[in-house]
Amino acid sequence: MKRWAKLFIGLIVLGLLVPIGLLASGTAWGEWGKDTFIQMIGYIPKGLERFSEIWHAPFHDYTVSGTGNHISYILSAFGGMALVLVITWGVGKILARKNNDRPNGK
Amino acid sequence: MHIPDGYLSPQTCAVMYAAVAPFWYTAARKLKRTLTSKTVPLLSIFSAFSFVIMMFNAPVPGGTTAHATGAALMAIILGPWAAIIGVSSALFIQALFFGDGGILAFGANAFNMAVAIPLIGYWAYRLIARSAPMKSSRHWVGAAVGGYVGINAAALLAAVEFGLQPLLFHTANGTPLYCPYNLSQAIPAMMFAHLTVAGLAEAVVTAGVLVFLKKSMPEVLTGIAKEARI
Repeated sequence: MKRWAKLFIGLIVLGLLVPIGLLASGTAWGEWGKDTFIQMIGYIPKGLERFSEIWHAPFHDYTVSGTGNHISYILSAFGGMALVLVITWGVGKILARKNNDRPNGK
Repeated sequence: MHIPDGYLSPQTCAVMYAAVAPFWYTAARKLKRTLTSKTVPLLSIFSAFSFVIMMFNAPVPGGTTAHATGAALMAIILGPWAAIIGVSSALFIQALFFGDGGILAFGANAFNMAVAIPLIGYWAYRLIARSAPMKSSRHWVGAAVGGYVGINAAALLAAVEFGLQPLLFHTANGTPLYCPYNLSQAIPAMMFAHLTVAGLAEAVVTAGVLVFLKKSMPEVLTGIAKEARI
């Protein structure tokens, strides 16, 4: 673990810098909220309306309720990275189970 | 490039889950042979890197945004099969907790970003780097090209998935039910954003991090990281 400390520090720095990613205004092409379609084409496609809210993510758009824009984004970065670390660690450990005694993994 | 729910018909989403499933299966089988407890931390770290780098939205002329994915980088360092598992995990957390990319569309997003970028990016990198020694500039050039080509392939896939919707799924009078933009609108819009800004960002991230690791943490590139490589 210790040998990868530098990489973890890199992740922490990136997590603190994420508000830079908020500077760009606008939405990625094809990622508009459904209401934007009213302005763009005058109606919301029926199927799109039906399925667009099938899942309500707890921190939708990387917002954490009760905090400002930048703090929200930073908290989301760290929370998200922690979740990704946990899930890949778990999956990785399960997959690596048989190879632990064989350093060359053959 | 995270397709939200509602843009793709349920049928398209099912097809994309079916398309990505064999890659997940193969990746799991390959990692079962090659991953060790020593390389698991690297899998996790580069997956978290992929998650966070996607939060750095860059402006695209015309008022939209795009971002790098770190998927080609992970494929070059840990092998494309590890990247398939790692980037899929990052995309899964993004969809589930942050609503970035849909749940129904997760198969499509994983196919575009977690399969196409690693496999095509890695292939382009190998084509250029071949077996050149690590100090050769072929490695960073290959990494830059791999990132650029990989993310643009993914953008094209996403554009085709978007653009097929109005053709295949509409009401009796032709009104689109899902994404209303056809191929001739989706492909130029997606490719403009990715051939310019996102492609450049992915090229810089892939080559930049590779060069940084080569200089200051060569042990990531040689030695134990090689164990995870397929």
